[in-house]
Amino acid sequence: MENNSSILTSLTINSKDYKLELLPWVSLLDTLRERLNLTGTKKGCDHGQCGACTVLCDGKRILSCLTLAVTKNGSDITTIEGVADGKELHPLQKAFIEHDAFQCGYCTPGQICSAIGMLREGKATTREDVKELMSGNLCRCGANSGIIDAIMQVKEGIDHE
Amino acid sequence: MNSFDYKKEITVDAAVKAAADNKAMFLAGGTNIIDLWKYNLTNPEKLIDINDVQEISTIQLLENNGVRLGALAKNAATAYDPLIEKKYPLLSKAILAGASPQIRNMATDGGNLLQRTRCYYFYDPDVPCNKREPGSGCPAIQGCNRIHAILGTSEHCIAVFPSDMCVALAALEAVVNVTGPNGDRKIPFADFHKLPEDTPHLDNNLEKGEMITSIDLPPNHFSKNYAYLKLRDRHSYAFALVSVAVAFEMDGKTISKARIALGGVAHKPWRVPKAEELLRGKKATMENFATAAECILAGAVGRGDNDFKIPLAKRSIIRACEMALYPESQIPGAGPSL
Amino acid sequence: MENKPLIGQPLSRLEGYEKVTGNAQYAAEYNIPDLLYGYVVNSTITKGKILSVDVSDVLALQGVVKIFTHENRPSLAWFDLQYADMDAPPGTVFKPLSDNIIRYNGQPIALIVAEDLETARYASTLIKFVYEEETFNTILSQNLDKAREPKIGMSTPLKPPPPKPTGNFEQAYASAEFKTEAKYRHGTEHHNPLELFATTTIYEGDGKLTIYDKTQGTINNQLYVANVFGLKYKNVRVLAPYVGGAFGSGLRPQYQLFLCVLASLELKRNVRVTLERKQMFSFGHRPQVIQSLRFGADNSGKVTAMNHNAVGETSAYEDYNEILVPWSHKLYPAANTLFEYKLAPLDLATPIDMRAPGGVSGMHAIECIMDELAYKLNMDPLDFRLNNYSEIDPSTQKPFTSKELKQCYKKGAEKFGWHMRNPKPASTKKGNRLVGWGMATGIWDAYQFPARAEVILTKEGRLEVHNATTDIGTGTMTVMTQIAADEFGISVDEVSFFYGDSKKPFSMFQGGSAITASTGTAIVAVIRELKKKIIKKIKDSPNSPFKEIPEDQIVFRNSGLSVKKQPDLFITFQELIKANKGKEFKAAKLAGPDLLKLRKFSKATHSASFVEVEVDKDLGTITVTRAVTAVAAGKIINPKTARSQILGSMIWGISKALHEETLIDPNLGKYMNANLGEYHIPVHADIPEMEVIFAEENDGLINELGVKGVGEIGMTAIPAAIANAVFHATGKRINDLPIHFDKLMGHHGY
Repeated sequence: MENNSSILTSLTINSKDYKLELLPWVSLLDTLRERLNLTGTKKGCDHGQCGACTVLCDGKRILSCLTLAVTKNGSDITTIEGVADGKELHPLQKAFIEHDAFQCGYCTPGQICSAIGMLREGKATTREDVKELMSGNLCRCGANSGIIDAIMQVKEGIDHE
Repeated sequence: MNSFDYKKEITVDAAVKAAADNKAMFLAGGTNIIDLWKYNLTNPEKLIDINDVQEISTIQLLENNGVRLGALAKNAATAYDPLIEKKYPLLSKAILAGASPQIRNMATDGGNLLQRTRCYYFYDPDVPCNKREPGSGCPAIQGCNRIHAILGTSEHCIAVFPSDMCVALAALEAVVNVTGPNGDRKIPFADFHKLPEDTPHLDNNLEKGEMITSIDLPPNHFSKNYAYLKLRDRHSYAFALVSVAVAFEMDGKTISKARIALGGVAHKPWRVPKAEELLRGKKATMENFATAAECILAGAVGRGDNDFKIPLAKRSIIRACEMALYPESQIPGAGPSL
Repeated sequence: MENKPLIGQPLSRLEGYEKVTGNAQYAAEYNIPDLLYGYVVNSTITKGKILSVDVSDVLALQGVVKIFTHENRPSLAWFDLQYADMDAPPGTVFKPLSDNIIRYNGQPIALIVAEDLETARYASTLIKFVYEEETFNTILSQNLDKAREPKIGMSTPLKPPPPKPTGNFEQAYASAEFKTEAKYRHGTEHHNPLELFATTTIYEGDGKLTIYDKTQGTINNQLYVANVFGLKYKNVRVLAPYVGGAFGSGLRPQYQLFLCVLASLELKRNVRVTLERKQMFSFGHRPQVIQSLRFGADNSGKVTAMNHNAVGETSAYEDYNEILVPWSHKLYPAANTLFEYKLAPLDLATPIDMRAPGGVSGMHAIECIMDELAYKLNMDPLDFRLNNYSEIDPSTQKPFTSKELKQCYKKGAEKFGWHMRNPKPASTKKGNRLVGWGMATGIWDAYQFPARAEVILTKEGRLEVHNATTDIGTGTMTVMTQIAADEFGISVDEVSFFYGDSKKPFSMFQGGSAITASTGTAIVAVIRELKKKIIKKIKDSPNSPFKEIPEDQIVFRNSGLSVKKQPDLFITFQELIKANKGKEFKAAKLAGPDLLKLRKFSKATHSASFVEVEVDKDLGTITVTRAVTAVAAGKIINPKTARSQILGSMIWGISKALHEETLIDPNLGKYMNANLGEYHIPVHADIPEMEVIFAEENDGLINELGVKGVGEIGMTAIPAAIANAVFHATGKRINDLPIHFDKLMGHHGY
């Protein structure tokens, strides 16, 4: 239903520039999933209650389900598809595999994007801090311990640098 | 639902002018309005995107040594702002007790004041709710009311205001600066939100078309002895069943000034100045805290499932007062323990 | 280089790369051209009739393609049997849009199909239904008078009624020196996998469909679609290569599948239907259950009498059963037992199995009353269990195929430090917190279903393995690859396991912790068949160096064939293929449990959990600080993924004990917290330090692999262990789950 109320929106997603005609009520999440076929970003609740749709917007972790895409005109978005460096996985991606930090895999992209944002924020010192600051990302399979183990491994690597 | 116009404005004046139409709403962080809109609970005809209004986005020191929070400052940026961490650590703690890091990165300080209740019945467009549809009834009173209010309720509504940040702002006696078609005005925090009475559809005393531009934190000496205690059904990312903000000014072991505000118990952050007076000049003892707690909960009414909130709130007040004496022991996320 | 044995290796998930990069595609994520979007409309009343439907506003909306309601639903299969999936309980299956009757709040009553998602969603707010409402019952505790015996049906053999009484319970209980009785209440729970239920149907023309569906059973849903819509089985293909969690909710075809296929066939278009989170509360759930128990013991600390009575909720149209009550007699050899199980039909959707169905609720009650009895006897709770330990199954008097529960008790207790426990309740303090330690036993069945597998040694010398099972996050794909690689003597990266596709050979739905035993055993059987074929071929070939070698001396290893005591005689699979004129080798086989042999045995997995909680002495807040679970579940194929299964189910146990519950408004008859903000599943901050121990359990009887399954056993002991720990911390027994901290408030001293 693209009509004349569409708004030209420029987004840089995973270093690629997009110019999109978007209706104002289309969420960033549905833009990614339904219009750009970037389905790595997941819809788990669509109401800001699970964290599965977490992406990085201008470097900060946000919920794409509660974001109207048109409001992010000019922004730089990173989704899970843009986290690895080509074929070379991001250290968090490797650590998630090593620590079996997922089962069904559905919350995983959100957990990884959120963890990248969390580490960048630099507010977590202890494992307890990491647990608290990752609590916006639910995991129903109960892979929580592996997720925190994986993040702690990467965090300790960064802390030692 | 899908019929709204969208307009981005970059100045306060232009935004306020644009909001003069019927059913226009300001869009800031969007963390509540988009959620409500998707449930078909709010139907703006026009969304005015104010995210790029730079003039109200910053946090600055005021001449009186207080701090001004721009309405569009993000919750996370506020909680971690060095000025806030130093001068108003209670506010930092309260903000970080709320929502999730992602939501705090999106949500704004002005928006925090305007979030709607999380009452199950308000959130379900298919059941009656006086807040949503005045006159339709309040099924919560006879229904699932474990999360509902025990203070200041009316026969029309027992919803609670869900914010954590505002509980701290109430304790800190913040002032809300608003602007609108009739010019600027300042609203003391205690007068910003309202009780349900017979107009539960109104959460606050903002006039039509008015916009919050900033929140002023007056200078105080509460940065040494404070506590924010939040009790909820999981250790993070849940709304408060009861929360307590406490701030003391201490003179040795004597309390020279006290502020106590409660969240999760009423339609607005709950303060009883009389109880704070009771503590003035008194020793910081459990007995005195208990006296204040009784005073604050005077008149509380349970509706069945939420009866527990009355004793819980009293105990939480006592505990939070005790915690305020040892603020360094309050590890974020560690729960209510000393 | 010699291949290492793969069974027992902690391999990382083979699909890990796909999952961490976002490449793994779930049911709603296939980029199909010319796709229409369906949005489901649900009933807003609890019981009654639809009198009329007004769709005029919807039709006026640009972008709306079609509205399906009971008024225009095309005529479909008539017989209930055609709608009955493999997991359908006794009763009359729910047929979406088949009539104007409303059976429960949230029942699907319309599908709106539009050109885009947002239009379909918007349109759903414009359709108007006029209802005639009837009174309803949705609260189990208010309807216990309606409880009756469950109906018998096709699924009864899998979920038999409770065993007959033994001895004389009433007499034994009356004369028992020590006795205790208690009531336990469990509320409603919803599975809430993170992935929303969704179906993408590709209309291939000529009555042919390709369907990406969220399911635990590709073949179950294929048969359902074919039966209901009158299509040929071979023309319906259901795929579910990735499933974003299910926990039982995908055991039956859910209504979005029906509606999506309906729209696709009627419109001859590709259609996607995704449910909203609140709609995830509009089909199966774990039922409300009320249990009453009376246990008696003698002076020597032996349990003598056990009565377990349960009433569960079911819908008004199907009799959903759980195995709730007989578990105690699979553990404790009391001579006098009385087990009763009834159902009360309510105006709610039919419940559906949810992780450790029946077992986790029943064991909560059993292991709490055992704890209470231990305190009456002044015995350590673990000693009390050991004092009542049975090597055989007391309920059948048959030996177990294997039972290493004693090892679980011992290793779990050691790891936890149980011997340091001061038995006195409320005796250990840490600041404002009371520290409590609790333990409990867990038990779960060891199921095996028939399964068929096909294997191909390809022209490239790789091994392909085919079976229709899903991998719902259990690690199935990795585990099956390990089993196949080991059996065939090939490396993991030379094996491809093809699954999650109804076109593949038969598998039951993935439930009951049965797939490793079922598909795994079939893979072993079919590879043995393949090996036989290869050996025959190679021995028959002219000039074959293996010609004179006895069959039982030929071994498969290092991606080739060799001879036991002559490792130098070796040909690679590639060379084998070349010798076979470039042709591949193939085998297919159906395998099932050896019922004749197993008839003489009982089978079960066991566990023991030890938990530490801290309870705030004034505020009642409960924090699980440590948890250890020791599991005896036969052979562990992959300790990494198996450990994850146990950790996950322990977290489910924590959640059941302390967090999750769906609230029903008794006056409105509907769920009020149908979202992830108010339906509380644990967040990272809730997760304690956890340990998993696997007992050595060699089971040469249960199946070729000696495996039993690990999906559910880790959950069954945790709720009781937590409740017992809360008692130890506070002296309060809270028997209603979840133990929200405010329930401690109702007690004096809190």
